[in-house]
Amino acid sequence: MTVRAEQKNVRTGLPPANGLYRPEFEHDSCGVGFVAHIKGHRSHQILLDADHLLCRMDHRGARGAEPNTGDGAGILTALPYEFLAKVAKRELGAELPAPGSFAAGNVFLPTDESEREHCKRVVAELCAEEGQRLVGWRVVPTEPDKADLGESARAAMPHVEQLIVAAGNGVEGDAFERKLYSIRKRASHRLRGDSSLEQAKFFYVCSLSSKTLIYKGMLTPGQVKAFYPDLDDPDYTTHLAMVHSRFSTNTFPSWDRAQPNRFMSHNGEINTLRGNMNAMRARQGVVESELYGDSLAKLFPIVEPDCSDSGTFDNVLEFLLMTGRSLQESVMMMVPEAWQKNELMPEAKRAFYEYHSCLMEPWDGPASIAFTDGKYIGAVLDRNGLRPSRYYLTNDDRVIMASEVGVVPINPAHVKAKGRLEPGRMFLIDFERGRLVPDEELKSDFASRRPYAQWLDDNRIALRDVVEGAPQQEETDRSTLLARMQAFGYTSETLQFMLQPMVKEHRDPVGSMGNDSTLAVLSDKPRMLYDYFRQLFAQVTNPPIDSIREEVIMSLECYVGPEGNLLDTTPKHAERLRLRQPILSNEELAGIKAMNHRGWRTLTIDITFERTDVPGGLQRAIDRICREAEKAIDGGYSMIVLSDRNMGPDRVAVSSLLACGAVHHHLIARAKRTRIGIVLETGEAREVHHHCLLVGYGADGINPYLAFEALFQSRDEGLLDKATDVVGDYRQAVAKGMLKVMAKMGISTLQSYKGAQIFEALGIADDVIERCFHGTVSRLQGVSFPVLEQEALRRHALGYPQDPADKLPSLPNPGEFHWRSAGETHAWDPQAIFSLQVAARRGDANAYRSFADHINEQARKAGALRGLLELKTRAVPLALDEVEPASEIVKRFCTGAMSFGSLSAEAHETLAIAMNRLGGKSNTGEGGEDSARYTPLPSGDSRRSAIKQIASGRFGVTIWYLANADELQIKMAQGAKPGEGGELPGKKVDDTIARIRHSTPGVGLISPPPHHDIYSIEDLAQLIYDLKSSNPSARISVKLVSEMGVGTVAAGVVKAHADHVLISGDNGGTGASPLTSIKHAGLPWELGIAEAHQTLVMNDLRSRAVLQTDGGLKTGRDVVIAALLGAEEMGFSTAPLIALGCIMMRKCHLNTCPVGVATQDPVLRKKFAGQPEHVVNYLFMIAEDARQIMASLGLRRFVDLIGRVDLLDTRKALNHWKADGLDLSPLLAPAVKPHETTEVYCTKKQDHGLNLALDNRLITLAKQSILHRKKTRKELPIVNTNRTVGAMLSHEVVKKWGADALPYDTIRFKFTGSAGQSFGAFLAKGITLELEGDSNDYVGKGLSGGRIIIYPPKDSTFAAEDNVLIGNVALYGATSGRAFFRGRSAERFCVRNSGAKAVIEGVGDHGCEYMTGGRAVILGPTGLNFAAGMSGGIAYVLDVNKDFASKCNTGTVDLEAVEEDEDIVELREMIELHKEYTGSTVAAAILDEWPMSIKQFVKVMPTDYKRVLAERKRHDEEVEQTLRDDETGTFVAHAGR
Amino acid sequence: MGKPTGFMEYPKKSVPYRDASERLGDFREIFSHAPEEHLRNQGARCMDCGVPFCQSNDGCPIDNLIPEWNDLVYNGRWRDALERLHKTNNFPEFTGRTCPAPCEGACVLGITDPAVTIKNIENAIIDRGFAEGWVKPQIPESRTGKRVAVVGSGPAGLAAAEQLNKAGHAVTVYERADRIGGLLMYGIPNMKLDKQVVNRRVDLLRAAGIEFVTNADVGKTVDARELKAKHDALLLTTGATKPRDLVVPGRDLPGIHFAMEYLTANTKSLLDSNLEDRKFIDAKDKHVIVIGGGDTGADCIGTALRHGCKSLINLELLDQPPERRAPDNPWPLWPKIRRTDYAHEESIARFGADPRNYAVVSKEFTGIDGRVASVRITRIEWQTVGGAPKMVEIDGSAETLDADLVLLAMGFLGPEAYLANALGVELDPRSNYKAQHGKFATSVAGVFAAGDCRRGQSLVVWAINEGRGAARAVDEYLMGASLLPAPKISLGGTTG
Repeated sequence: MTVRAEQKNVRTGLPPANGLYRPEFEHDSCGVGFVAHIKGHRSHQILLDADHLLCRMDHRGARGAEPNTGDGAGILTALPYEFLAKVAKRELGAELPAPGSFAAGNVFLPTDESEREHCKRVVAELCAEEGQRLVGWRVVPTEPDKADLGESARAAMPHVEQLIVAAGNGVEGDAFERKLYSIRKRASHRLRGDSSLEQAKFFYVCSLSSKTLIYKGMLTPGQVKAFYPDLDDPDYTTHLAMVHSRFSTNTFPSWDRAQPNRFMSHNGEINTLRGNMNAMRARQGVVESELYGDSLAKLFPIVEPDCSDSGTFDNVLEFLLMTGRSLQESVMMMVPEAWQKNELMPEAKRAFYEYHSCLMEPWDGPASIAFTDGKYIGAVLDRNGLRPSRYYLTNDDRVIMASEVGVVPINPAHVKAKGRLEPGRMFLIDFERGRLVPDEELKSDFASRRPYAQWLDDNRIALRDVVEGAPQQEETDRSTLLARMQAFGYTSETLQFMLQPMVKEHRDPVGSMGNDSTLAVLSDKPRMLYDYFRQLFAQVTNPPIDSIREEVIMSLECYVGPEGNLLDTTPKHAERLRLRQPILSNEELAGIKAMNHRGWRTLTIDITFERTDVPGGLQRAIDRICREAEKAIDGGYSMIVLSDRNMGPDRVAVSSLLACGAVHHHLIARAKRTRIGIVLETGEAREVHHHCLLVGYGADGINPYLAFEALFQSRDEGLLDKATDVVGDYRQAVAKGMLKVMAKMGISTLQSYKGAQIFEALGIADDVIERCFHGTVSRLQGVSFPVLEQEALRRHALGYPQDPADKLPSLPNPGEFHWRSAGETHAWDPQAIFSLQVAARRGDANAYRSFADHINEQARKAGALRGLLELKTRAVPLALDEVEPASEIVKRFCTGAMSFGSLSAEAHETLAIAMNRLGGKSNTGEGGEDSARYTPLPSGDSRRSAIKQIASGRFGVTIWYLANADELQIKMAQGAKPGEGGELPGKKVDDTIARIRHSTPGVGLISPPPHHDIYSIEDLAQLIYDLKSSNPSARISVKLVSEMGVGTVAAGVVKAHADHVLISGDNGGTGASPLTSIKHAGLPWELGIAEAHQTLVMNDLRSRAVLQTDGGLKTGRDVVIAALLGAEEMGFSTAPLIALGCIMMRKCHLNTCPVGVATQDPVLRKKFAGQPEHVVNYLFMIAEDARQIMASLGLRRFVDLIGRVDLLDTRKALNHWKADGLDLSPLLAPAVKPHETTEVYCTKKQDHGLNLALDNRLITLAKQSILHRKKTRKELPIVNTNRTVGAMLSHEVVKKWGADALPYDTIRFKFTGSAGQSFGAFLAKGITLELEGDSNDYVGKGLSGGRIIIYPPKDSTFAAEDNVLIGNVALYGATSGRAFFRGRSAERFCVRNSGAKAVIEGVGDHGCEYMTGGRAVILGPTGLNFAAGMSGGIAYVLDVNKDFASKCNTGTVDLEAVEEDEDIVELREMIELHKEYTGSTVAAAILDEWPMSIKQFVKVMPTDYKRVLAERKRHDEEVEQTLRDDETGTFVAHAGR
Repeated sequence: MGKPTGFMEYPKKSVPYRDASERLGDFREIFSHAPEEHLRNQGARCMDCGVPFCQSNDGCPIDNLIPEWNDLVYNGRWRDALERLHKTNNFPEFTGRTCPAPCEGACVLGITDPAVTIKNIENAIIDRGFAEGWVKPQIPESRTGKRVAVVGSGPAGLAAAEQLNKAGHAVTVYERADRIGGLLMYGIPNMKLDKQVVNRRVDLLRAAGIEFVTNADVGKTVDARELKAKHDALLLTTGATKPRDLVVPGRDLPGIHFAMEYLTANTKSLLDSNLEDRKFIDAKDKHVIVIGGGDTGADCIGTALRHGCKSLINLELLDQPPERRAPDNPWPLWPKIRRTDYAHEESIARFGADPRNYAVVSKEFTGIDGRVASVRITRIEWQTVGGAPKMVEIDGSAETLDADLVLLAMGFLGPEAYLANALGVELDPRSNYKAQHGKFATSVAGVFAAGDCRRGQSLVVWAINEGRGAARAVDEYLMGASLLPAPKISLGGTTG
């Protein structure tokens, strides 16, 4: 209400930064699609169909707190000439010129009349300046009431007018479009940036073109047509209509962020946006265009401020188009296929991509992009195929492309073909030629237009060209090595935990039990600058990638050195230096330094400063370095080397990260960055994290000479094998590690990671950020240049002390990884562990007090952000008995997700019993749970975990598991290794674990980094819906990890209907994780929970979900602070484990836990001595501690604490040489309430919409089966909005009958139509779903014994086996059951299948990925990377063309002929069933020629699985032999096992 | 690092002592040398803990880098191990022989299994270092011109002297006895710490530039104030040499000695004349009663057995400790359990029985011919009254034991007072020199105190802790700042 009153001042767009919230954190995700007539025939029906399509994807969009305010929706059509002519005449009295000679566009304008008129005047001026004729402004009719527009959307609604412009004299075609572009661009720059206009941001030109027109707004899909009556006019005809439905993570009003954009609609994210934007900014200094000449600069900035990532992409795409490139070519440049490692790609096409990689880096991220310029319409999918895109072609020349099938009603008999967009592939309709241009034709056309391969061969500079003949690098001085290592901050841990393992294991080293040491900014010790940065990672809005199993799309190859003019295409553009990976050997660096090749020269810039030049020497050095770098460009150098080789007794090194970032940003600001390559010669960088940071802030190459020297010395000392190839092995480890860090953020190429700044700074002040890391988020400020200088000097003094007597004879051990007596502070030091164990075992309140005091004191002195906070206690506390009892408070406590598998059964079950005794909740972790634990023990204790976790591996996730939960938790990320999947080594997979995880004993297990059914926020909404359907009484929780923007993600998650959100801190324990992740990924929970609370309140979503936090909580004070920052519930993991005997060995990954907590070794497990009461004692003492604090704060109820940041203060007595610069006020910013009555903790239930589900009907229809096991047979229609069909029904069945459900085929439903997502999800045994039609993504997800049969409509005319029948990720995590598909699937068929048996007639890329059990029979072609990470089960592939081997990832599997009798029998039986159920002619033909057919099958057999089967067989034979020898005794012993 | 599964593969094996019946025949060291393989396997048992409690407050008081050198030994890198060892410990050959090894009590492996044999490994490293000639005098590169006097040449004094000398100060050590080493020289018998080992180290210190003055009893034969005036700082490390007495009838009878009189005389005679001067208290053919169940008591037993005593009984006031940790004595606290030391083993070998009698109070000595001849004892029971332990005599349990020689080994009460008086140094309520751990400054400016004279009787390793800490404090006092490393550990254990 209040909002409306101030109509004039209303803000549109995102709110400004406040507290921890930043507008740039916002994410979008969406449904996208189009309908078009291939021959270009115009009709109104196309528009109606598109509208229908849009409404059918309503569930892919979202709404905020109001059901009738959408996140945005819109439609792009061809310019409707007749309609416009009619209305122009009628309303403007204007006669429009011929089509092509006029343009129209809808323009959002200020609601304030005078500002509006001003805007229109400016546009008119610019039209005149550009020599075009303004025909007039037509008020676009809008119907907010009829469309039932929500309050917020109305409040932010702009005034909408249609601008009509006629072409000036002699201007036509593309020239006219360019003029229109100029007008629009210039008007936007002028008006949106005009601070004298209060409603400047209201001005927004949706489009201005002679070819297309866009209607959009902050609408729900269903509101678009009602809101814009223009669209209802039958004269409004078009041959194409592109629609878009948006799901944003916020509820803030924003009309202009709705899509379609001018040339494209986007479903996805651009992960590398920051780097792309910086590069575009730098290119503005280099671009030239004949088409624009001197006026090109008027178009700058190319990328407009406050755009979403999609908007930015559109800006650049448009710029490329308007400067002369074609739409297709521009899209191919920006979203290239994965060409680097695809050996099946034609040479010319690869050359095309390689050449264009010299011009521009990929815009990397999961994306399905639909684009059109009116002449063409097309779509492209990112290289990894992480967004669904399905299409139909009809006999009457229509094409329907959308994120889902079944969105437009079509007579099945009219469908000519059904297909999908494949990873990296393009789909294009050429309206002029009236045809669909297949990807191969399109690309080979573009690839053959110029001799790219020749250009590359002639011009490209290879590293070996510059190395040859380079002068020998001088020998380094061993005698000074120790001093130099000390001065660069090397420690004995650097060698022990980092460098030596890297070259030994060829990967980033692994550790366990998280990070509990001090934040760099709170450490007394001089810390490396790198320690102040945290790697960002993908969660929810985009998926991380598996850089190992999906290596095929990853690449470190880059072209470096001066770039050519982006707008031109010449052979000279390929004259760049190719680096296969960024780490340079000493010889290579010497080559680059001395290079004089084709005029390329290199300038080496010293990055050290005089020790005595203090204070201020550091900044003066940076000034000098930047000056010299810029002069190098002006002096015609092609490369600079920033070198710290001069570091020595009198010269201190500037951190190479500081130098690199400063130079990079200096050159971007001068628009010169693309004119030179930056190489680091550094003694400082050595770890994977260091290299990632350097590249992330612009380095093109790195020579870590000191790391090499240190390793050479280790080798000479015998610490490494004599034959170690130090440089090669080190590079390999760095490469693997960097790919993994990139993959965590979902980035696949180093080229686009470069300069993308995928980091958050923790503890760095703005002066440093602005200078060196511009654009990086650093929310709490922190150290500035003077402190960095101090740190540099202190570190330097370790190597070169003033007094030689102070020289240490060896490297220090600062105890950063393992606690050391004189080392870095750790939260879990001996005293903490000891006093907690005494307190927990004896229930000793005094011991608890000394524990809590010690922990709180440690946190205060150094260590944790909460240590810097003070509670505002009252002088006189409340009487303790007035405060809510501890027995109520402990119900808010949970234990963290630790899998049975990482923990021993003893430890896992003890935790569960303890939490059940308390009334709190334990968590299964990702490893499933033994169903025996659902039955209480005779003592009355229960071992059942109330929280069942659903992680990416879906281990043991059956309908029965789901049914036995109070909470279902989706693990999006894990504190210790966000963005990565877990791995359970084979030796930890014993018989029990294998049984519970549905895998093979002795075979290692991999959890994929992403959930393969969550690539975006709308996918998460779908999984939430799936899980809620599988158990309507359980609350659905989503686990996130603290990083910048987690609040925004949380808002999206709550909009996706999560009942509960967990924000984990960065330092949680873990079984095993790369040290890079343990130390450098994620942020403390204090930041995460505060940001989530602030953002949820701001969006009025806080009342809909419970917030929980965890990640190192230990005391009552921690609990209270968590609540004050916004949490209602708290999780504990490490502390309860310590109560049970864990002593922080940090050996979980080695299976050698000596106290039986984190091991499966039967001998070690016997040593476990924990008891449930230890945990009960401890948590009760925490609750009592919290009560006392509540009393001192004067609060009776726990809920009264929530969000009360006003009760916190920053500690005044903060006495720390580095922490002075810290500013905790964003943490303590009160949440902004959108209205007075906004509630700040969970008070409402989410509406999951289950009452509308088709399953309600199915349950009614199957009542007799559910109650009495009688048969049910029914036929029903189905549409794509019927989602997750079968899950609720399955829940009812297992609720009644338990894990065994019903006899086969008790219930059978037959559907006709297009099924929505998750058809047959978690389908229980005894249920058969038959579908005549087709289906979307996630068919048979988590299949739990049920049967699914899908075939195309009987009256279809196409060949079923050549067409796409089902979407992505079918049978993900299926544990048992059968499935038969008469047609092909999209990507990732049978991913992580662990027991289902399925037959299909062709699959896309990554088939059978991570499969651990079951059978997959593929009677047709497969895509690339088949069987990646497959470790169990068998796939049989019909390989008619004998090309399967080239598409299969044989990393873990063998390819064999099908020869064993049992295989042949099994295969035949499955094909026979397939024929019987689906009527497959393919199956019939195979069976007809069986002896011939069998020879065409390839058996895909996981090597580990084969080994284990062989061992089992041998073992069984031995047992049998023993049995025969000794009929008694042995049998019993084995049976008992 | 190390061998992750080492602790599961190799059982604990201590380096054995020489055979008891053999070693009883001489005063040579009881230790034997273990083969390298043995030590490497034992080193492999170290688990390289994430939180190594061996260097916690309950573990090694001088922060020995135990996981590091265990690993180096496992990998056969002895010289590196030695370098690590010397980083925190000036005299590993002393602790390696005499320390009761609180590190082993705190060893994480000790939660479920026998702890790592840390002390054996330490000793092996330093012995190897000497054998290879790797141990060299630490001569400072430059001198500060400051002069420091250290009074007392026990482990605290020597450790401080070495540290201060490294920092470039001119250090003179004053010792009232005729030989350098204090407790190391005369308190601990030769079979436990060969005096050649002590001399070897003292020679190194001398070579590094430290001056030693023997027969200099500061406060008596040397004027304390004069000494202070001649130096820029004074460090008192005089030890806790005042023995606790047993005030019962008959105490004055000849034949009753404090343990230190007995042990000192024996070692001096041994060194002077290989016992041929007979200037020692001979236990040969005597009924010997040792009162007090600590290390000193055990050393008396070992010495008396070597003299050829006729019988030997050891009396202890307290109850026999449990075989395993009591519930109120959890890991990683020092395990208060019954241990059988070398001397007890030897007694068993000689007489077939453990000499220790627990919960016994000595009531009276009686004499024959003016010498002690027997001791009357009563058995007691320990009860808890109002939270405090109380001893109650058991009626009818009195008995009389033959006693030709009685050795009182009941601990020490602090330093003798004359030096403090001479300097005007304040004492604490327990009659130690008053100074705070970590600061080590006494009430007199420029006078510092460390070791048993400050903290009361304790272990050699604590003396080294204090010596190193005090050296840093003195260095700071002299120079304004110090880079000398010092143990981080504060006073007391984890819980206190």
